This record gives sequence, structure tokens and C-alpha cells, in this order.
Amino acid sequence: MSPLEIVIFLPIVAALAIWLGAPARLTSITAALINLLIVGGIALGFDASKLGAGEFANVSSRVVLENPAISFAVGIDGMSLILALLTTLVTFAAVWQIFAEKDSVFHIASLLISAGALGAFLSTDVFFIYAFHELALIPTFLMIALHGHGDKETRRAVAWKITVYLGIGSLVLLAGLAALVLNLSEGPVLTFDLTALAHKSATIPAATQEWIFFVLLLGFGTLVSLFPMHSWAAPAYATAPTSVAMLHAGVLKKFGLYGLLRIALPLLPLGAQAQWVQNALLVMLLGNILVMGLVTIHQDRLDDMLANSSVMHMGYIFLGIAAGTELALKGAVVLMFAHGISIALSFALCGRMRNQLGTLEFSKLGGLATHAPFLTVVFAFAAFASIGLPGLANFAGEIMVFMGTFDAKLWSPEKLGALQWTTILSLWGVVISAVYMLRAYRKIFFGTAASGLYMKDPAFSQRIPLVLLAAVLLIVGCCPGLLIDLIKTAWTAGKVAGL
Amino acid sequence: MSVFSIEVLLALLGLAIILIAAFLPALSHRTLAWTGIAGSVVALLLLCGASHAESSLPAFVAPYYSLDTLSLFYKGFALVITALVLWLIAESESTLSNYSLDGKIGELIGLPLIVCTGMMWMASAKDLVTVFVALELVTVAFYVLVAYTRKSALSLEAGVKYLILGAAATGVLVYGAAWVYGATGSLSFDGIAAAVKNPAVNKSVLLFGIAFLLAGLGFKVAAAPFHMWVPDVYQGASTPVTTFLSVGSKASGFIVLTRVIDALLTDGSRVASEVTNLLLISAAITVLLGSLPAIFQTSVKRLLAYSSISHAGFLLLALASRSSARFDISSGGVVAFYLATYLPMTVLAFFVLCVLRRHGIGDSLDDLKGLGRRSPLLALLLTIAMASLAGLPLTAGFLGKMLVFVAAVDHGYWGVIGCAIIGAAAGFYYYFKVILAIYTTEGATEEPLKVSTASKGIAVALAVVIVALGINPKPLQKVLSSSAGAPVALGK
Repeated sequence: MSPLEIVIFLPIVAALAIWLGAPARLTSITAALINLLIVGGIALGFDASKLGAGEFANVSSRVVLENPAISFAVGIDGMSLILALLTTLVTFAAVWQIFAEKDSVFHIASLLISAGALGAFLSTDVFFIYAFHELALIPTFLMIALHGHGDKETRRAVAWKITVYLGIGSLVLLAGLAALVLNLSEGPVLTFDLTALAHKSATIPAATQEWIFFVLLLGFGTLVSLFPMHSWAAPAYATAPTSVAMLHAGVLKKFGLYGLLRIALPLLPLGAQAQWVQNALLVMLLGNILVMGLVTIHQDRLDDMLANSSVMHMGYIFLGIAAGTELALKGAVVLMFAHGISIALSFALCGRMRNQLGTLEFSKLGGLATHAPFLTVVFAFAAFASIGLPGLANFAGEIMVFMGTFDAKLWSPEKLGALQWTTILSLWGVVISAVYMLRAYRKIFFGTAASGLYMKDPAFSQRIPLVLLAAVLLIVGCCPGLLIDLIKTAWTAGKVAGL
Repeated sequence: MSVFSIEVLLALLGLAIILIAAFLPALSHRTLAWTGIAGSVVALLLLCGASHAESSLPAFVAPYYSLDTLSLFYKGFALVITALVLWLIAESESTLSNYSLDGKIGELIGLPLIVCTGMMWMASAKDLVTVFVALELVTVAFYVLVAYTRKSALSLEAGVKYLILGAAATGVLVYGAAWVYGATGSLSFDGIAAAVKNPAVNKSVLLFGIAFLLAGLGFKVAAAPFHMWVPDVYQGASTPVTTFLSVGSKASGFIVLTRVIDALLTDGSRVASEVTNLLLISAAITVLLGSLPAIFQTSVKRLLAYSSISHAGFLLLALASRSSARFDISSGGVVAFYLATYLPMTVLAFFVLCVLRRHGIGDSLDDLKGLGRRSPLLALLLTIAMASLAGLPLTAGFLGKMLVFVAAVDHGYWGVIGCAIIGAAAGFYYYFKVILAIYTTEGATEEPLKVSTASKGIAVALAVVIVALGINPKPLQKVLSSSAGAPVALGK
């Protein structure tokens, strides 16, 4: 077995072991740590300059079916490596912070979601990219329906909503992917292999590329809560148990973006460049940033606010995809990583507060800073990163996206295009983020403490996952090159819109 | 030994079991059932070992009997499902004898073997007469099986419904066959395939016959609008018989449909567009009328009945998507593949219902509550079965569904694909509803459920098959190829 296969299957094996009676906490943390170390090791030894365009490192492949040609093929390039790093980091933090719940199902569910995400990010066969993502659907559904917060009726309704939304989204996606492989396979054998599909992508007429790209955009978009297919996300994250919210909002939701960057953009470049597709995407992402931004301001509970903010921030990543320049796309990848870490950290803190305080309503909270200086500092990392403060990871991604949309090939100073106007409007999103994040921060940590609501800093061992995530935000924020250098060759000139 | 003689011996074994059960009442039903299982397993081994050349057949059947990959596949399929149904009968022996008229279930054990003979024969049918005879062998035996647990009013009702509607459908089928014969002058599939290309054949007469023929077959496979009988009959019949109906009877209907459609849609066929449209319309409404009512079901058995209708819709969509011009995948192969994946998940789901029934538990969704505590293994198995029925990736069910989607997208049947998406999304809802009930603990007892080790072993094996086929479907590769309908080259 190749190391990548081990990374994918270790969480599944660990989950099975826990189901059969192995000590839950020990097993899941060990598995998560081993995965983190393997992926970290691969990242240290990864040399982006050795990879050509569309090539993968650490490849291994097992034929599953000859016709249609499906193989369980894994491999990494810069982008999948970054997302694998994100997954293993968040998984480690998520299983570590499962304290209050003794029930082993929390560990099993987290590990299964993690395995699904890793499988999707590391596979190089369209079939398995799709298949692994769906693996995470059942644990997510069950955890929200059975162990979510709130009363039974609400959490069931929320669980159904996310399941039906994601179910329809992935079926639309399946139809789009079917059209993709049918059009890009050379025949007589239908193939799902990314590299083989790339051979023919240049010969597909633009009209065909456009509609397939649009179907994929709708399918993948639903999975990333692209406006207006977003309404499942916020209630789901607010209701889900902490570890599930961390993994889903932090990691799994990135799958839709990953799919666009991995499958749709490189294989259907003309589709991505089409004006009407571009315009549709710009309108939708503005919906994410501005509409959802305003919705977020309106929230009066911390969990609702974080959940809505995570929907809002997807808009910036879509902006990077819409721009399609190398800088913007790299920025989008960095932002996927940064957002994943910062939202996971936010949900971890939010879960801790919910457990200890019993309420997350801003009107009842206040003055936590006096008793919990550590939490105050860590929350500041998460909040400031989310706003996009320089020095923290999100800033690096956002600035790259914004600058990327002003690439010399995309506009001239005399005339701003739709894309540039969108960027200018999107910048207001940063202000919106600052408004709600800072207001939340002030209400929770400063001011006078409400009577009876009192919270201490966590014990040392419980600080580990929080410090880890905060440190990553800081390190990547100060040296974004660590990530950007990995994706040096993820795209080649000419293959991507606008380059 | 020729393949044909295996089928004859199997029917004789079925008769022998019925006679033994009548004259040696001391012999336990379990022994009889396991004899039947052993018989079908031996038959399966013999089938693998027998000569697959058509020259090995006795001269009096050879002209009416084909031995291509598809027919061999469906023969094996029939044997496997028969063995599994006998296992379910052995598993729920106590319940079944409670509800049978004299406390004996000898016929219930013998008849499935005779049904199996009919299904195996049907797989090889080359003409409509053979189809009719084999189909009657299957259907008449099913009339008995459905009504067998007569002390249950539901079972009796199901028996009557199945008998009346089944007889009517057979009549329609034969009537259609007669018109097709009148139009084409031939009853063999090859002859019909040649005639549909012939401009001299009266097209209206032919289409009239085809419509009746398809209606009759549509009844057998539970295709809308001939699906009304399914929920009541599935719910009323005893669970093993329901399993047999849902997998075996459906599969044998589809092998015939595959042959008929293959003949009607040969290259240059003059009725191709009409037949395709009929199939597409039927597929669309079958998927919708299967999955939308399923949302509201509270009985798991009824829910699975509607789910079986919805699956029939997917299979019809596959049949309507004629083999692609560019890719080497046959629509008949996709149907066979889909059915092969449908078998383990359906049997597994019904097995859990059998176990519950034996413990005096009903089949409503509320009765499943607490299963996760009472038997974690059964809960996991049922979860896998439901995930696979819902078509979640990395289970067998997904691959079948994906191949259907791919085939339909290839032909651009977007309207029907839209219906299929709605149906599959509804599927997420109602299958997950079952999963949710399993793991709900409120108000449930925690008394553990007892399952014998052998049964656990078989059930786990089925679950392993579901996952293994979902990850590595290579064993089914052969049926997918468009050459599957051609005779097997040499020996085996």
C-alpha cells in the first residue's frame, strides 16, 4: 500500500476498531496523529518544481473496472497536498476536542468524515473523487439528527435539509460528471481517469463546455453553499455537534471548490471563460458575500453567526475561481486552507462555550476575558483571521484573490469590467466581517459579565488543539510562501481562464 | 451434463421435497430447506462446470434455447436468489408455520426450486412461446407462494390480488404476442428483429401488439402504470416470498424485456422511436410513482415495495438507453449489473425484517427503533443495505445507478434524468429515514436479538459483497460488454 492509501484507509480502520470496542479516544487520536505525520512528511519532501502540468506525485493505481475504466488511483499535487494537510490538521483538532461526549460515535463519525474528505482530495479518478465525498453524508446526517444541539424536531428538520440538499446537489453533479466523461472519453472505453480525460479537453466545442461547466458549477456549488443553494449550511453548522461542524465547515465543504478547481476548470477551460457563465457566477458569489454578510450581521447567537459567516466567506473563494488568473487561483487555494483552519478553530471555541455556559446568545454573554484570558486570545486569532487581518492566513489568500482579479490581461484602467466591479463590492464584505466579528468579540469577552455565566480557561491538555490551529493561522499568515510554493505548478499557462 | 438437464433435475428436486414433506412429516422443515439450499448450490457448481456450448444441448430443446453470457448470468442469478430465499424461509420457519393452514410449509420450500427452474429457462428463451411457458411456470408457483400463509388476512388478500392481476397481465401478454406474430409472422426474437426492419410489415399492427406485449411484461417487472399490485402484494406476502418476488421475479421479467427490447430496437428498426418513447415515459413515471409515495410509508416492507418500483424505473431507463455508439457498454449489461447489485442489498434488508418478525416485532418504522442497541450488527448491516439502496458511493448500489445515469446522459434523455434525480433524492430521504429509526433509542427496549451464527455469517457475507462490489466490481465486468448477448465462444 502506498502512503496515500494508508492515509485514506487508516481513519476507516480506526473507526471500525472503535466500533468493535477499541478505546475510542486513544484510537482516534492515534489515527489522526499518524495521518497528520504522514501527510506532514509528504509535504516536507514535496518538490513542486519536479511536477509537470497536470502531473501527480506519489501515484499508485489499482484497476477497479476495465470498461468503463475506473481505477482506484491516488496521487498528489500542490493543491491536494494542501487540502490533505488541512484535513489532517482539523481532524486531529476535532477528535482531540471531543471531551464532554463519552460516546464513541462522535469519534467514529469524525473519522469517517475525515476519511471521505481525504479520499476525495487524494484520488485522481473522477469516480472516486465523487464517491469518497458521498461517504461522509451518512455520518453527518446521523450526527446532526441524533446528537445535534437544540430540540429533537429542529435537529431532525435540519438533518433532512442538509441531506436532501446535498443529495440533490450531488445528483446534479453526477449528471454533470457523466456528461463530462462521456464527452471527454475517447472511446470505445469510457474512462474516469483525470489525466486521460485531459487529453481530449482541447477538442470539445465551446458550447458543450459551457453547459457542462454550468451543470458542474450548480452541483459543486450546492455542496459549497453557493448562493442561492446555500440555505442548508448555516442551520446545519449551528446544530451539528462540535467535531462534525469543525470537519464539515472546515474541510468537507471545500470539496465543491476542490472539484471545480480540479475537474471543471482544467478540463473545461472554455466553459469557465464563457461570459454568461462568468456573469452568473459573479452574481451568485456577490449573493454569498453581501446578502449573507448582512444576514450574518443580523444574527444574535454566536453559533448562528459563525455558521452564516462560513457561508459568506465562500464567496471570496468563488471570486478567485471566477477570476481564473494564476494569482487568484492560488489565492483561492490558500484561502480554502486558511478558512478551513479558522472556522474549525471558531467552532471548537464555540462548542466549548456552549458546553460550559449553556447559552450562546450575545445578549446574555459578556466579560469572559476576566476569567479566561487564554480563550480570549485564541478567539482573537480566529476572529481576526476571519476578518482578514494581515499576519493571519486568511489575509494572504484574500489579497491574492483581490489582486488576481486586477490582472493586466483582465482589464484596462480605462474601463472596469464586471469582475473588477465585483471585487470592489466584495471588499465591502471585509468591512461587514469586521462589523460582526468585532461586535461578537466585544459582547462575549468584554463588558460586564452576566450573573451566573462564568467560564474558566481550559486545562493544559485541552489547549493543544486550539494552540495548534491558531499557530497554523499565524505561521501561514506570516509565511504564506510555505503553501504557495507547493502549488507552483498546479496550473499551466493557457489552460486556465484568462491566463 | 448439459445446462438443460441441471434445470430438469432442479425441478425434480423441488417436487421431491414437496412429496417428502407430505409423506415424511417427521422430517424437520429446516432440514428440507437446507436440502433445497444445498441443491441450488450444487446446481450452481454444476452450472459453472457444465459445457456452455450450444451443441451440448439435447436436440429437442436446442432450437429454442440460447446459452450466451447474459442467459448464463441470469441462470446463476436465479440459483443464488433461490438459495438465499430458502435461507430466509429456514430463518423464519417458525413464523411461517404459524400462519400456514396446517402448520406445515413443505410446499413453501419445494416451490421456489420450481420457480428457479422457470427463471433459468426463461433466461435462455429465444422465442415468445418459451417465454410464455417459462413465465407461467414462475407465475403460477408464485400464486401459491404469495397466498401460502393463509391465516394472515393480508397474505390472502395479496394472493387474490396477485392471482387476478397476474392472470390478466398474462392474458395481455399473450394477446400482444399474438398480434406481434400476426404482424411479423414470427415468434422468435431473431425473426422479430428481422421483421421490424422489413418495410413490408404493417407498422400499426406491429405497434399494437408491442404495446400489449410491453404492458404484460411491465406488470411482471412492476413498471408504472402496471405497478399498482406491488405494495399490497409485497406487504401481504410472507417476507421470504416478498424477497423472491422483488428480486427473482423482477429479474426474470427484465431478462425477457432485455431480449424483447434488443429485438425491437435492432439497428434500422422502424419502430425504434416509438418503443424508446414508450420506455422513457414508463421509466419516468415509474421512478416518480415509486419514490414519491415511498416518502410517506410507515411500514418498512411497503417502503421497500415502493423502492422496488423505483428501481424498476431506473432499469427501464437503462433499457431505453440503447447501447452507445461510441462506448462498449450494452444496455442489457447495465440492467444485469444493476440487478446483480440489487440482489444482496434487498435480501439483506428483508433478512433483518425476518429476524425482527421471528422476535414478534412488526415491520413499521417505529418497530426498528433501538435496533442499534439491540443488535449493533444487524443495525450496521441494515445501514449498509439502505445506503446501497439509496445509491451511496462505495456501495454496490451506486455503480448501477451511475451506469444508468451515464447511459441516459449519453443519449441526452434530460427530462427522464430530471425525474430520476428527483426519485433518487427522495430515495435519500426514505432510506435515511430507516437508518435514523435504527439509531433512535428513545422509547425502545434493549432486549438483545438472537441470530444464529450461520445466519450472521451469511448476512455479513452479503454486506461484504455489497461493499466489495461497490469498491471492486470487476467480477461483474463480463456482463457489461456489448458482446454479452453473443453466444459464449468455446466451452466455458
